[in-house]
Amino acid sequence: MTFSASHKFKRVSSSRVGRALHASRGDIPFKTVIILSSLSLLGLMVGVGVMLWLRSGPTRETAGWSFVTLNQWNPVGEVFGALPFIVGTLTTSLAAVLIALPLGLGIAVFLAELCPLQLRTVVGFMVELLAAIPSVVYGAWGIFVFIPAFVAPVGNWLMNTFGNPNRFPYLPIFQGPFFGASNLAAGLILAVMILPTISAISRDVLLAVPRVQREAALALGSTEWETIWQVVLPYGLSGILGAVILGLGRALGETMAVTMVIGNVSQLSASLLSPGYTMASVIANEWGESRTPLYASALLEIGLLLFITSLLLNIVARLLVWSVARKTPEQRA
Amino acid sequence: MSESKSHQRRLKRSAAHERFRRAGNRVMLGLTGLMTLLAIVPLAWILLEVFMRGSSAMSIEFLTDTFKPTSMGGGGVWHAIVGTGILIGLAALMAVPVGILTAFYVSEHPNTTLGLAVRFGTDVLSGLPSIVVGLFVYTIMVSGQGYSALAGSVALAILMLPVVVRTTEEMLKLVPRSLREASLALGAPEWKTSFQVMLPAATTGVVTGLMLAVARVAGETAPLLFTALGSNNLSTALDKPIASLPLVLFKYALDPSRVRNAQAWAIALVIVTLVLILNIGARLIALWRTTRGVTQ
Amino acid sequence: MAESVMALPSRIPLPAAAARPASVANAATEAQASAKMMLDHVSVLYNVFTAVANVSLPVYANKITAIIGPSGCGKSTLLRSLNRMNDLIPGARLKGIVSLDEGDIYAPNVDVVDIRRRVGMVFQRPNPFPKSIYDNVAYGPRLHGNIKKSELDEMVEHSLRRAALWDEVKDKLTQSGMALSGGQQQRLCIARAIAVEPEVILMDEPCSALDPVATLKIEELMKELQNDYTIVIVTHNMQQAARVSDYTAMMMMRPDRAGEMIEFDVTTKIFTRPKDKRTEDYVTGRFG
Repeated sequence: MTFSASHKFKRVSSSRVGRALHASRGDIPFKTVIILSSLSLLGLMVGVGVMLWLRSGPTRETAGWSFVTLNQWNPVGEVFGALPFIVGTLTTSLAAVLIALPLGLGIAVFLAELCPLQLRTVVGFMVELLAAIPSVVYGAWGIFVFIPAFVAPVGNWLMNTFGNPNRFPYLPIFQGPFFGASNLAAGLILAVMILPTISAISRDVLLAVPRVQREAALALGSTEWETIWQVVLPYGLSGILGAVILGLGRALGETMAVTMVIGNVSQLSASLLSPGYTMASVIANEWGESRTPLYASALLEIGLLLFITSLLLNIVARLLVWSVARKTPEQRA
Repeated sequence: MSESKSHQRRLKRSAAHERFRRAGNRVMLGLTGLMTLLAIVPLAWILLEVFMRGSSAMSIEFLTDTFKPTSMGGGGVWHAIVGTGILIGLAALMAVPVGILTAFYVSEHPNTTLGLAVRFGTDVLSGLPSIVVGLFVYTIMVSGQGYSALAGSVALAILMLPVVVRTTEEMLKLVPRSLREASLALGAPEWKTSFQVMLPAATTGVVTGLMLAVARVAGETAPLLFTALGSNNLSTALDKPIASLPLVLFKYALDPSRVRNAQAWAIALVIVTLVLILNIGARLIALWRTTRGVTQ
Repeated sequence: MAESVMALPSRIPLPAAAARPASVANAATEAQASAKMMLDHVSVLYNVFTAVANVSLPVYANKITAIIGPSGCGKSTLLRSLNRMNDLIPGARLKGIVSLDEGDIYAPNVDVVDIRRRVGMVFQRPNPFPKSIYDNVAYGPRLHGNIKKSELDEMVEHSLRRAALWDEVKDKLTQSGMALSGGQQQRLCIARAIAVEPEVILMDEPCSALDPVATLKIEELMKELQNDYTIVIVTHNMQQAARVSDYTAMMMMRPDRAGEMIEFDVTTKIFTRPKDKRTEDYVTGRFG
């Protein structure tokens, strides 16, 4: 009964270096590979920006800042000013956010505070499904169903009620002519598409608000709504702002649905009811026709603008959303 | 030290205001429920239209024939189905390994500079407009060599990557530390631990991640406009343009011919069905997993 | 501005509760005080688990009642049943009667919101809202309608004075409540609770997150406050209970994990001549 059984163990080199080498055979390539994968992801982000910057060189050099300030898009005459698209993008996206914000917040409040637990997963899932439907399907539904059945009647009503330039001279946003395909249609469909983003993230933000805050408010004799409106929402405000910015970011970059319902007319108009054009849709629409290098470069520069704004919005939004979760430890007195 | 003299009732409460508070509470809470219902309306409406219009234009021939001009009946979308399959299949082959490997790094080293940067980068990448991704792939792959199926796959792979990374990372985090430590304590090297212990424990997570990633790109059109371009021919060549269901949907929806419009709805039905099955399936798998227990 | 500000009675009448149980007769004969609140065979259950079993105890007006006992014996649960905070937990049920001024607070049509105004609460960890000090204290009064700024200012100052915090914060009312020290935050929470003019103040281990100096300040504050409010305090600190309270209830966990009250008496009796051996063991530190 001695311990001479040690001879049965596999001979491992007794020096420390030897043992270290043995342990990591296969580990060094593994570690290298996973680090490379991670770096490639970061590299992608950088690469997108770099390539777009480089390839939009021609227009950046010839047009300079007028690219974003000039209200004239003339491919034939090779004059490229992207202002109509920038304005169109901002109009439709802001309209979408204005509609989706109260709705998304209401849904988030309902799901986070009021909904019975069993219903919460099902209903939340259904709202998220809205985000799963592809943009091109939204577009088709927009053209054949939504515009004729909803946007057209509503738009016509708005135009007839508020759009008379004699009665409402200072309200150009509801003036005609109105053909169905319009900024309004794009704004409404975008609102539906970004609703899940705003509501899902807001819901997570609200769920992260510490329970003791709600309890403190209720213990003071607040009603449920007063607790939500005056304590929970303010606590999560930065996160909700982040959700809204993310929604805005999504709306800015939406291509297919917008292209199919906005009318694609590069003319600046103050009216919601007139057709419009966004940055993403002009790229999609006119790509096939861009024969000259300058034309292609102009479209690529629009892509660059989209990239930069989307990047900035995403970064700001993520930071805001993370800030609510980090607020909680501060509570410890 | 009594201060009861100063303790008079200052708070003036009115019965009317109290009633207003209670009523306001009911109204606002009810409103949020109404809003939720309102959000479900477009979902139901779209699904209804897709199913109704799509199924009336659907047929076996539609799925098995390739392109024919409208004068010859319109044909089918087999070429697009094949194209979509190739594009997504290749994209998955590229995105899944890179995504899993990245997720390994991030779940093991979440707080290193690289780990934080990658997690942040994944979030940001997932927010990039898909059209921008398409333009990027154009600049690196198409502008020299022409439109190709491979370029389309690369674009889709870039879109799938964040989904795979995020889902896999979440699942790896759920694997109990004890499992990993047990493997390492037995003398297994890191890479074996990762592949033979952690990954199998996270299999369902990887599968759901793949499903969600495919659902994400199944309907993507914009990036393909600049990469795969689309085609009316049945092709499996990777270095030439290739057809794809969403691209054909886009073209047919805008086509003046009613035959094409109806076909567009049928394609929408195919895509939406696929997306629904993948999303619901992924959810159900995740649910089944959590009710069964953490590992496997 | 003809606003009909009808002064509400200080309480909205509650449905009548049952008569006082005999189990607290001994303590009642000692005190001449009346019971502001009464627990009558109260049990709190979460689904099928009983957290608190069959507790009967009086809460005398303008007195400080302490609930002591080892961890996990249901003290907090019992406390929270006094302002219906347990209602927030899905599956929580209450048996027995909890009455406030002879009205059953769990009766079907009772306005919970008003109960919670009348029975205020200070929590274990200070939890000021992420608002200014002023807005924290003004939160409660503002709920009850449009109050003129001057009146609100006066109410805020009054509450902060009563919470012994005014002098320390009067120059920084617009600063965030969360920027104060722990002890100050807790006094802010007390000021906030006082501002809605409750009748009872519940305190759930209010000093457990504070340093000894802050603790002492709060204990002094409690003794002043009891002139105008009825106070119930849960504490795991026996010395605190002995220093501060007039009456003490001793709770313990039964083998089936439910909490029960094993003794209730005037504080001096509990700590010098307890009737139950378990109480004696606990207060002398033999276990706990």
